[in-house]
Amino acid sequence: MVADAGLLAVATQVETLSAVLFYVFSGLTAAGALGVVLSRNIVRTAVCLLFTLLGVAGLYFLLESEFLAAVQLVVYVGGTLILIVFGVMLTSGSQFRRFQPKPAEIVIAGSVAVVLFAALVMAIRNAHFVTGWMETQAKYPVGALGQALLGDYLVPFELASVVLLVVMIGAAYLAKARRREGRPVARGGGPGANLVTPLSQKARRWS
Amino acid sequence: MATLIPLVPLSAADWQKTFFEIVTGHAPLVWEQVAAGAATIAVVFLPSVLLLAMFSIWWERKVCGHIQSRPGPNRVGRFGILQSLADGIKLILKEDLTPAASDRLLFRLAPYLSFAPVFAAFLALPFGPNLTFEPKLNAGVFWILAVLSVEVMGVILAGWSSNNKWAIYGAMREACQMVSYEIPLGLSIIVGVTAAGTLNLVELGHLQGGGLHTWVIFKNPFVFCAFFVYFIASLASNKRAPFDLPESESELVAGFHTEYSGMRFAFFFFAEYAAMFVVGGIQTSLFLGGWNDPFGLIGRYYSQWIGDPVTHRNGLIVLNLIGLAIFCTKALGIMFVQMWLRWTLPRPRIDQVLYACVKVLLPAACVLLLGTALWELMVPSWHVARMLTNPLPWFDYNPVKWTDWARGGATTSLVVQVILALIGLGLLSAVMLWVGLAFIHGRKRRQRLTEPEPIPA
Repeated sequence: MVADAGLLAVATQVETLSAVLFYVFSGLTAAGALGVVLSRNIVRTAVCLLFTLLGVAGLYFLLESEFLAAVQLVVYVGGTLILIVFGVMLTSGSQFRRFQPKPAEIVIAGSVAVVLFAALVMAIRNAHFVTGWMETQAKYPVGALGQALLGDYLVPFELASVVLLVVMIGAAYLAKARRREGRPVARGGGPGANLVTPLSQKARRWS
Repeated sequence: MATLIPLVPLSAADWQKTFFEIVTGHAPLVWEQVAAGAATIAVVFLPSVLLLAMFSIWWERKVCGHIQSRPGPNRVGRFGILQSLADGIKLILKEDLTPAASDRLLFRLAPYLSFAPVFAAFLALPFGPNLTFEPKLNAGVFWILAVLSVEVMGVILAGWSSNNKWAIYGAMREACQMVSYEIPLGLSIIVGVTAAGTLNLVELGHLQGGGLHTWVIFKNPFVFCAFFVYFIASLASNKRAPFDLPESESELVAGFHTEYSGMRFAFFFFAEYAAMFVVGGIQTSLFLGGWNDPFGLIGRYYSQWIGDPVTHRNGLIVLNLIGLAIFCTKALGIMFVQMWLRWTLPRPRIDQVLYACVKVLLPAACVLLLGTALWELMVPSWHVARMLTNPLPWFDYNPVKWTDWARGGATTSLVVQVILALIGLGLLSAVMLWVGLAFIHGRKRRQRLTEPEPIPA
């Protein structure tokens, strides 16, 4: 009985702690998402997205999936977000150009958002959420994940890697600088026109 | 935020006794865990990281000076040891400049975004068998990698928000370089993890507790090479020379932190030196034995005493402290090699840097991964054979007993490990001999290139 009471006390404290942490992380996620949507400066949008993704990683930690949290950080923050920031920085022109939505855009966006919000609220109300602790596989979850990926889910895993390979090859092909073939090495006349030594050819290859 | 993460519920049957339990003798309640965690971070981790950064800045300047045949800082305190403190005071007292045309919020955010992920990585490092802040992080190695990839955002933001073209060049180069080098970094870590069998940093430390030949770097020749691939990739991901293009002082003024002055600039430097220590810590815990000494004594006594931690309390505390000292020595040794390389090698261009990544390190890492996977398949190793009878995550064995190895059918593994250990020892002693001879030769030189002037009375 005493042991049960002790365990119950621990469980209550742990639940309070988890609830507090849940509110902190989901608050961070929501605040970041609001920042993404409401900010007028495009680079600040990307930074708010960073905080959103960090909040989601924290939520994964609360669900005891630390591997998934780490994957979230590596793939989303270290990959996707950097790509977004690169795109934003290299194409946005002046740093202080702000979004100026027209009234028609505001109306359309607002109505789509209201419809989506209603759909989400209905879905959440009809969903069945598990209350209480779920037993995740406590001992070696990463090993179990690896075995599942290469066991039950082998075909999707291989298909995903083929897709990624195609994407990489396509990106490399699109980004490849085109060398113009048959360029004349030097214009006729002029000083130093015929200084095409093998060494300078090698230097040209490197530059 | 990252500091709140480890406070998820501990399972009831937890065989890893934390330092708290060893010292106080009873398992901590939940609020005690929270308080102990926050106190540890505020009182132990944060000052240690800042002290470490200060010490390594001084050490770097001394190493730089001696390599360049001059004494380095030697006026402020004995051997110039207070130079970092003086620099810190100077930086705090400087004017807090924010460029007028910069994006102020992001300008102020960037140093913290650069420092916080590195500090979060410290929370996973295994400083001793019971001295890890979060010992149950089952994806510890991967967590550190993930958190170090958040650091890229801080640097990009610093360059962008300065509204300065040199800063933006530095930030773009840096992002390109750090993100590309994460691939060989991750692949070489996977090579080590494949040979070791676990991502949990504390278990990795226990695995290597049997002596020099049980260290993961000596498990098979592919992991041996993967260590060097990881070292080079970590140099690039830390923006350390020879890959320090982002802050190439001779080209870009100061790269991405050109516009930063005072304490904000200091934060970038804290982040850089802390990241060097974290990377050294990863190499130590994954490849070089963690907190274990080369004779396996810590592993042996720990496995004997942990069964009854109340009786052997003082012994366990002493073991933990010795392990901490050994871990820090190894990580600082790797930091020394990083500093040594910085002042020795010239700086390549950015396309040469990326060439080295994509065309040299990446194929090498892939070949090593293939090799180590085949090795693990075909050569039976000791811990796999033993795990069938002894499912403890650490292995209570006497490495000198050859019958244990032969019984598990892992003789080839033992022979390869011992040969590689001897090669590693040879390399290490050659390097230390070289450094020692250089030091002695430097002291014997009659005329140094610059002599310190006597300070007028």
